[in-house]
Amino acid sequence: MIVEASGLRKAFGSTVVLDDVDLKVEEGSVLALLGPNGAGKTTIVRILTTLSRPDRGRATIAGHDVVRESTTVRGMISLTGQYSAVDDEQTGRENLVMVGRLMHLGRRGARRRAMELLERFDLVEAKDRRVKGYSGGMRRRLDLAMSLVAAPRVIFLDEPTTGLDPASRTTMWAAITELVRAGTTVVLTTQYLEEADRLADRIVLLDRGRVAASGTADDLKAQVGGERLDLEFADPGELARAVDLLGGRGSVSGPERLVLGVASDGSADHLHRVLDDLRSAGVGVARVTSHRPTLDDVFLTLTAASRVLAPAAVPA
Amino acid sequence: MTTTAAVSPTHGGIANAVGDTLTLIGRSIRLTRRNTDTLVMSIVLPLLMMGLFVYVFGGAIDTGTAYINYVVPGIVLLCTGYGASSTAMSVANDMTSGMIDRLRSLPIRSSAVLTGHVTASVARNALATTIVILAAIAMGFRPTATHTEWALAAGLLLLYVLALSWLAAGLGVIARSVESASVLSFFMLFVPYLSSAFVPTDTMPSFLRGISEHQPITPVIETVRGLLTGTPIGDRGWVALGWAVGILLVAFAGSTWLYRHRTRG
Ligand SMILES: Nc1ncnc2c1ncn2[C@@H]1O[C@H](COP(=O)(O)OP(=O)(O)OP(=O)(O)O)[C@@H](O)[C@H]1O
Ligand SMILES: [Mg+2]
Repeated sequence: MIVEASGLRKAFGSTVVLDDVDLKVEEGSVLALLGPNGAGKTTIVRILTTLSRPDRGRATIAGHDVVRESTTVRGMISLTGQYSAVDDEQTGRENLVMVGRLMHLGRRGARRRAMELLERFDLVEAKDRRVKGYSGGMRRRLDLAMSLVAAPRVIFLDEPTTGLDPASRTTMWAAITELVRAGTTVVLTTQYLEEADRLADRIVLLDRGRVAASGTADDLKAQVGGERLDLEFADPGELARAVDLLGGRGSVSGPERLVLGVASDGSADHLHRVLDDLRSAGVGVARVTSHRPTLDDVFLTLTAASRVLAPAAVPA
Repeated sequence: MTTTAAVSPTHGGIANAVGDTLTLIGRSIRLTRRNTDTLVMSIVLPLLMMGLFVYVFGGAIDTGTAYINYVVPGIVLLCTGYGASSTAMSVANDMTSGMIDRLRSLPIRSSAVLTGHVTASVARNALATTIVILAAIAMGFRPTATHTEWALAAGLLLLYVLALSWLAAGLGVIARSVESASVLSFFMLFVPYLSSAFVPTDTMPSFLRGISEHQPITPVIETVRGLLTGTPIGDRGWVALGWAVGILLVAFAGSTWLYRHRTRG
């Protein structure tokens, strides 16, 4: 295991932000830390990249302790943080060369590496312009390029695609896939289920500082049942009554879509029972669809996000 | 990846530490040079102040010599205060941006980032001071210093600027935002007014005089003034040296400690 953490705990004052978190990442694989805002994703990344110390527990990268052997660890990893880490007043090339020098590639090594990365991330034309004039996507690409200067063994990406348009997101995904193909281990955080589904070998679902579930995307989907029924309603009142009626069996999948997701075994019998229950209570259902569970269902069922979306909807 | 870094680099060691510091000095100087507003202000402001004091207030202030000969060391010190406060802001800017995480996750010594900022600050101050003194000479400043006295004055000023820059770096680390860094470092701009920079301290009410004679800037100013224009220095040279070295040691130790702890999280 190239990344291992056990029993990580972190509190800020009296707020416990991480509580007994365990992680394992196999060399060459992609781990996604998935969770709603404030779940503790960034805090885990900061601990693993030596920027923050856990109150309890320990973490290692390739067997080196992130607290006691931080310099060794820093030589093997790189971080693309949630907020862009580029110097606005330097050009793209200057930023890259600077990091190369600080990673001890030497003057010529750093320059050569900068040119390679500028080409790879389609920044050659902009290389001698100051970064403050770059678009959001260009900044993010430069940010990632700066993380790749020294060919790290493990790369940490904290919300690499948040705020990018679909085209830039696709470019970023392609870059990450390419890294993995070359054998780099990737730990990324995301709030997008699609992103985790698509890129990650394993997913750790975090909820308020705890691991709510972990495994492959398929493992997680299996945890919420074999099939899902989506019941769509015509107005919020009907939805609310359906939620009352079906109780803990349901979850609301979005405030603007009046859909209630219900775990099911996929049998006609179950479908009948659900619809009969609703009809005898006078609740009309507009449409019913049945599908294999998505990560969306997993996310909403296993984290506090569903409670955020519909405070009264899902009893504990 | 089709290509990888050609060499397998090693980290740590003195040679790398020196190299890293030079790289980050280069970075800070580049950032300073491109921050044209600050650079221009750090030169124009002291020139304006000098014009103001010499041509507007100077006529009414009796110092026993041509006022410009009296006021130049004060302007130079005002200039260092301004330079230092902009250093606090550029450190705070790093600390509040994502850049600090990037720098801290690199295998380099933690003091290198601050050393970069401080060195750029000293360089900017040296430039501003040189321009101010040349302008003063053009406006009628007539120093009587020998080569040795010039060298001593320059040495003391450099030491003092270095100390003040480390102090500013520490304030930049503490500040929660760029704005609060500028507020925290405001006293560096203000302190020169409460000294013998612009008027002799014996014209002040007694409590102010107590403050101004015992704060670090007065001995530095009196020493520089003495070296450049031959006014008596007495033991104030040693007092000035003591202050500068003292502030430097405390500010250096404090800033690097704060930097390490502030960013640990
Ligand atoms: N330095 C700090 N001081 C106090 N509280 C903090 C600090 N850093 C993080 N927190 C708190 O810890 C919790 C977890 O934060 P963290 O940044 O790890 O979440 P996240 O999963 O990355 O969220 P997001 O998706 O919004 O980035 C939040 O409630 C946050 O307010
Ligand atoms: Mg985060």
